[in-house]
Amino acid sequence: MSETMLTVILALVKCVFSLAFVMQIVPLLIWAERKGAAYIQDRPGPNRAHILGVRAGGLIHTLPDVFKLITKEDVVPSHVFRPLWALAPIISMSVALVTFSVVPWGDQILIPAEIAEKYLGTTGPLAVNLQVADIDGGLLYVLAMTSLGVYGIMLAGWSSNNKFSLIGGLRSAAQMVSYELAMGMGVVAMFMTYGTTRLDTIMQIQSESILNWGVLLSPPVGLVAFILFWVSAFAECNRNPFDLPEGEAELVAGYHTEYSSLRFALFFMAEYANMVVASSVTATLFFGGYNIPFVNGAMLREHIDLVLIAIGVGGGVFFLFAASIAFGRRKDPFYAAMEAFKGPRPNKLAPVGGLNGLLYRALHDDTLRQHEWKIFTAIWAGAAAAHFGLIGLGAMNIASGMPLLTEIIVFVTQLNAFVVKVLFGCWMFIWVRWTLPRFRYDQLMDLGWKYMLPIGLVNILLAAVWLLIDANTMRLYAAIP
Amino acid sequence: MFEALLFYTFSALAVFAGAMVITRRNAASSAIALVASFFCLASMYAMLGAHFVAVIQILVYAGAIMVLFIFVIMVLNLREDNDPGWNLSPRAVLGAGVGGLVGLTVFVGASAARSMTFMPTDKLDPNFGTIEQIGYTLFSGRYLLPFEVVSALLTVAVVGAVVLAKKEL
Repeated sequence: MSETMLTVILALVKCVFSLAFVMQIVPLLIWAERKGAAYIQDRPGPNRAHILGVRAGGLIHTLPDVFKLITKEDVVPSHVFRPLWALAPIISMSVALVTFSVVPWGDQILIPAEIAEKYLGTTGPLAVNLQVADIDGGLLYVLAMTSLGVYGIMLAGWSSNNKFSLIGGLRSAAQMVSYELAMGMGVVAMFMTYGTTRLDTIMQIQSESILNWGVLLSPPVGLVAFILFWVSAFAECNRNPFDLPEGEAELVAGYHTEYSSLRFALFFMAEYANMVVASSVTATLFFGGYNIPFVNGAMLREHIDLVLIAIGVGGGVFFLFAASIAFGRRKDPFYAAMEAFKGPRPNKLAPVGGLNGLLYRALHDDTLRQHEWKIFTAIWAGAAAAHFGLIGLGAMNIASGMPLLTEIIVFVTQLNAFVVKVLFGCWMFIWVRWTLPRFRYDQLMDLGWKYMLPIGLVNILLAAVWLLIDANTMRLYAAIP
Repeated sequence: MFEALLFYTFSALAVFAGAMVITRRNAASSAIALVASFFCLASMYAMLGAHFVAVIQILVYAGAIMVLFIFVIMVLNLREDNDPGWNLSPRAVLGAGVGGLVGLTVFVGASAARSMTFMPTDKLDPNFGTIEQIGYTLFSGRYLLPFEVVSALLTVAVVGAVVLAKKEL
């Protein structure tokens, strides 16, 4: 295999990984949105759809949703301007996905020389950057791509040839242009502080110590920049309290009123993909990305045996804790009522119709919840066994000296840290959406132009002052003649 | 080889999008075609090793200026019957003739240059086109004064536009 081929294949693998990363979180977020809304509004949320009696806490609802959206009729209203109308959802979705390509999701993997030479045909060890595009203006690229997201919404609003959609599109354009400035100001202060716009260099700086994490850098510049960036991210994703473009109370559904079936699904998914990307950029820029607090990649590599023990013990505690919560629920009143209902026939919650329901009833005569417990116990025990088996296997292999395995364990550990940060960011989006009311339009513009932009400018000035007085942050400049 | 493939693809796309800009009846379609052409140009810059210019091209032209263009198009509510259509006035013929002549000259000139080789980007200085390098070029000595004068000019332009647009301040 030649070097070029290897580069191309590696790039393709990384592209697929980054697309899959974003696209896999999207259905999970749709579920989390529904359950989160239900939790905040004190109701059970989705709990009916099931596969052979397994409802998985409403997670199954996403499947019929996808099926519904794919099989629905694709209505093309006669009054739309077809070419741009068809292009708009594609722009929305693809812009959301390509932004992720500069985000590093793990430390560099070093494939040892003997393996790389034997299987990949390289000379010497192979270092793989876990980032699709390692470009110089990484942060600027993020800004550039998010600024393109507005095209999807604007074109959808305009080409729908409908007043409500047009107003939605106009609002979106005005809002995005305003908040892009605030976001840019926040980012400018950050790359002044870091001294670079390369996201992998930013990650290296943050790997050194938790004190180097973006929010803590040259206080309060990092913190203010984070707040500016995060508020603007809400506006750029068109999430509540900034969801005026689709304000359903006054604009029907805003820019996507005329869309149905898969075209609507693209807009819907783009919203969630934008959330994932915004959270991951925030995590990378301000919260140490893939770094675990107080433990960086070098430490993980050095004490890989301790890491294995920690994963083993931590996993054990997690399994016990989660199991005690899950099985403790057997005593809750709802469960007691279910028990009381148990008779010769399946309980009322078991769906009546459909082949799925028939199949379930043919197979079982216990309650739906008991049935779920049985299946979950099996899955739980299997997962626990697999967890400890893998830990044991890892321990044996590391004892016999396998550097590649160390790299893989470090990668998985750090990827987990990254995913936790991203998911927490996404939960913030959901949390805020179901907590705050929507802004009025003048409030939205006031916040963007009269508060966030001046604060951003002052923040840049502060960052410059910090650069002057703190020689430590100047270390990157010293490297250049 | 790979680079040549990318180069020809993107240049063909850029020319195609450019042609779309001037042939579409619909103003919004023209604007979107222009955005596409900016994109292709940005990819050319990236292939030349000028990543910063490429990103700024997208950020400023596609992300800000064209958004305002489309905003205006949306508000103006242009209809296709506002469009005067094709007419062969002497000025149009003259313009087409001059344009064609310039295009021909460029094409002949480019074909005459025998040494049409692709610039291998790995022979460039690794710092070429980075933000640091551009910053040093702009802010150390030679270009500092022009840069500051241009920024003052832009400020004047912004203030002037506001003064002209606002009837009472």
